[in-house]
Amino acid sequence: WTAAAICISQSAKRSLYRYPPVFTLCFANMSFASLSRGKKVALSTLGVLAAGGAGLALALHQSVKASDLELHPPSYPWSHNGLLSSLDHTSIRRGYQVYKQVCSACHSMEYLAFRNLVGVSHTEAEVKALAEEIEVVDGPDEKGEMFTRPGKLSDYFPKPYPNPEAARAANNGALPPDLSYIVNARHGGEDYVFSLLTGYCEPPVGVTIREGLYYNPYFPGQAIGMAPPIYNEILEYEDGTPATMSQVAKDVCTFLRWAAEPEHDQRKRMGLKLLLGSAILLPLVYYMKRHRWTVLKSRKIAYRPPK
Amino acid sequence: MALSQTVYNLLFRRTSTFAITIMVGAVLFERVFDQAGNAVFEQLNRGKLWKHIKHNYESKDE
Ligand code: HEC
Repeated sequence: WTAAAICISQSAKRSLYRYPPVFTLCFANMSFASLSRGKKVALSTLGVLAAGGAGLALALHQSVKASDLELHPPSYPWSHNGLLSSLDHTSIRRGYQVYKQVCSACHSMEYLAFRNLVGVSHTEAEVKALAEEIEVVDGPDEKGEMFTRPGKLSDYFPKPYPNPEAARAANNGALPPDLSYIVNARHGGEDYVFSLLTGYCEPPVGVTIREGLYYNPYFPGQAIGMAPPIYNEILEYEDGTPATMSQVAKDVCTFLRWAAEPEHDQRKRMGLKLLLGSAILLPLVYYMKRHRWTVLKSRKIAYRPPK
Repeated sequence: MALSQTVYNLLFRRTSTFAITIMVGAVLFERVFDQAGNAVFEQLNRGKLWKHIKHNYESKDE
């Protein structure tokens, strides 16, 4: 501190007569170069140790994650992965076909109504026809009785089972979850669902799987109550796309992504507009800042000692 | 310089025309900006949006 104080008073004395005093603080006794050799060595060792320790901790932390028993899904190159990439609506349409013909036998999608498909994957006329295929219990009528009628645009997707108990009873006690928001409800999202659907395999030697369960390395616990739901040529696509297993899985995952996040395309559209807007506004704001600061930056503060 | 002078004299000089300029300008800007943004987005995602595929499913006579 004395050194610093001397330093200040000297520089002040030197400059007092030529320019207004500028107080340059120089902490001579705090710089690394002025330390003794021993202290330098000690400090360097401490620095290296701290950095090495942090690195080691990070490495250990990651290897702890890798020792989990379940297999983490790889990230697939979804066509909607990009910051500004929309969903592929042709794929959504095929995915709905897969859901309707395969998954809907066991899984409900109770938050989706037929009208949601209009303008996304089907025309209004098509969706009306789809809705009319189902029977909906409505009522009561004027006699107080319930009746069935063909479905309308505003009806929600039909459920395969009337209640969870019935669903469990039909599936060996395992409850097929509702698929409306499934890709948001599972870690890994559509990567996980895709891996799950295509990842069934023989259990490794030594692992026994209970009757009615199936081995799937991606499922937490590895034994899942869902039989492998898809295989090559499980259905015939109306647009003629070859229905390989991975194609079917990819389409149904795209459909499920849309179901869980119907605002997906709009969100990215707004994001693009936000970026465009910022590209106009940010330079203006920057210019304004420079403009305002010109006064502050170019001012000079003079000290006039009292006479 | 001449242009900005004319613009100033015609539009910005009087408060009434100034306010109208801002309001009309906002509407015009909004429309141009929105359509430009949509065009860029649709260009980036050509072939993927419903807009691009719906002609495959609409019947001709409608
Ligand atoms: C035979 C009936 C059946 C069919 C068909 C079926 N599932 Fe399942 N699914 C189940 C059952 C039962 C479970 C619950 C498994 C468990 O918890 O062990 C399940 C669970 C799931 C899960 C949740 C896994 C998790 O992490 O909890 C997803 C995702 C799934 N199914 C997707 C699908 C998709 C997509 C299809 C259509 C291609 C499909 N399922 C077809 C019966 C079925």
